[in-house]
Amino acid sequence: MGQYLVKRLVTLVGILFVVSIGSFYLIHLLPGDPAVFILGLNYNPVTKAALDLQLGLNHPIYLQYFTWIGHVLHGDLGTSFISHQTVISTIGRALPVEFELIIMSQILAFGAAIPLAMRSARKPDSALDRMLSASSFILLSVPTFILIVLLVLFVSIKLGIPNTGPSTYVPFSQNPFTNIMSLLLPSITIAIGSFVLYFRVLRSDLTGILQEEFITMARSKGISQRRIMWRHAFRPASVSLLGSAGVNIGGLLASGFIIQVLLGIPGLGFNLIQGINSSDYLLVQGIVLVVSAGVILINFMFDLIIFFVDPRIARD
Amino acid sequence: MTNKNRFTTLFSRFGSGTDQTDTIMKPEKKPPLGTMFWVSVGWVCLNIFLAITANLLPLKDPIAQDYNAISVGPSMHYLLGTDDIGRDILSRIIFGSRISIAVSFGAMFIAFGIGAPAAMLAALRRGRFDTILTTVMYSLLAFPAIIATISVLSFWVPRNLLKVIVVIGIASTPLVYRVIRTASLAVAGRDFVTAAKVQGATDRRILIKEILPNIMPILLSFLLIGIASVVALEGALAFLGLSITPPTPSWGNMINESRTVMSTNPGLVIFPSLALCLFILSLNFIGDRLRNYFDVAEVKI
Repeated sequence: MGQYLVKRLVTLVGILFVVSIGSFYLIHLLPGDPAVFILGLNYNPVTKAALDLQLGLNHPIYLQYFTWIGHVLHGDLGTSFISHQTVISTIGRALPVEFELIIMSQILAFGAAIPLAMRSARKPDSALDRMLSASSFILLSVPTFILIVLLVLFVSIKLGIPNTGPSTYVPFSQNPFTNIMSLLLPSITIAIGSFVLYFRVLRSDLTGILQEEFITMARSKGISQRRIMWRHAFRPASVSLLGSAGVNIGGLLASGFIIQVLLGIPGLGFNLIQGINSSDYLLVQGIVLVVSAGVILINFMFDLIIFFVDPRIARD
Repeated sequence: MTNKNRFTTLFSRFGSGTDQTDTIMKPEKKPPLGTMFWVSVGWVCLNIFLAITANLLPLKDPIAQDYNAISVGPSMHYLLGTDDIGRDILSRIIFGSRISIAVSFGAMFIAFGIGAPAAMLAALRRGRFDTILTTVMYSLLAFPAIIATISVLSFWVPRNLLKVIVVIGIASTPLVYRVIRTASLAVAGRDFVTAAKVQGATDRRILIKEILPNIMPILLSFLLIGIASVVALEGALAFLGLSITPPTPSWGNMINESRTVMSTNPGLVIFPSLALCLFILSLNFIGDRLRNYFDVAEVKI
């Protein structure tokens, strides 16, 4: 067990190292002088000299990396030349919004997927099962940005429900009700995508598990249906559910920008696109790093949860 | 069994089950593919045909503005109506499909062109070559592709179709590599591959004659689903203004442009959305049916 955890931790650090190189190297992938990218074409020579000094652009590239990673490990992602704010403070403001969105959407997704998958799996090929399977397949083919546009069109514009449309976001501390309302449509959109995935994974696993002998055994002992579903079938089935949830939630961090831009919700993705539009390279680099590391950490966290649910994982 | 689905994303359902193929006999008769399958194939072919022949068809100019017909509904003259500056929606959708189709096919051509041969060779040779390549690819896989794509595209100006295709193609390569390697590993360990090796067949011959035909079903259905995902991704990029720039229409930028007027002219957002979703749905459906059709392990269950 200890061996497994150590092995996983070493891999984690290795991957984080690769990702940090990737985020750092991003700017060097593009043709041209990095300083010109950061400052824009009409740069001031004095600022360029300052930037060269700050990033160590006169040094060889591996030294630049070590300077940069040293700053990053001290929580310093640089100060934007566009907004004159530290990148870390911008990210710090965006993170709570990001988390709120993910938590709301995941509560909705799990809340719907688990009971529905259980019902579907108990009676495969029933009317409900067929309907859910077909509609989840169709929803799988609707991209997020279309879903959110259509939801805004019908809910905020046609039905006229207040505080749900674009640019209605207010911080939670300012007005909790408006805050929740403004995050409702984005949460539902994200939840639909997650629901489809969780439902399909859980349903296929549960259907398989319900045919296993220990379930027949439990039934013959007269254990109630509810107890069989939750205690006997759900736990083994939850392993792959947790696995896909880990990948999915990590993915939400990376792909949340479309909804955030559309509805003006100041999460990480929103700031990323703003950084891109204002050519704020340091902000983009910082967010790329934080998001990539976040994706990896979330995956790792879920791997740990899976390990505690099913310790047999450690054997291979 | 439980471990199998740990990485269940949209893609990773491939590669499961293939390890059992040699122990299970192929059923004599396969279930038919069904009407919906052929409808989907027809729809995809129609889209591709229209995209290729768009110039030759009697369509209106997709960027010509008719100030006498601003935001009109569907009519005989404008089959799907016009947008807020009087451009024909139907014509824009058909011309827009060119971008989606070019980007998705082009990107998958690059990703499969690099990823599939590398993966098959790695699975066949194993050893150090495999270890190094797989480590590199899996590390790249840890880097969120969508973030890498948009950040590279955003700073690599001026954007054009080729750059979009290349960036998406390269970003998708590690995923293709993983899927094809998993599938090829199962084939590479089988007796007929060993037999071919013993007879002194070259790696090239084994790859083309032995491994490729056996992973073809997985490759094909993954290719279709990959194309569908890139259509969605390109739509999202265009939606953010990171793909082809207006006035050249693409499904994504049409949906983006129509956002501001969607309360007055909902057709403007609904028709391109429908075109995009139906195209993706058809591709996904074909891919899914093919996988079921060929996946012997699943037929047994």
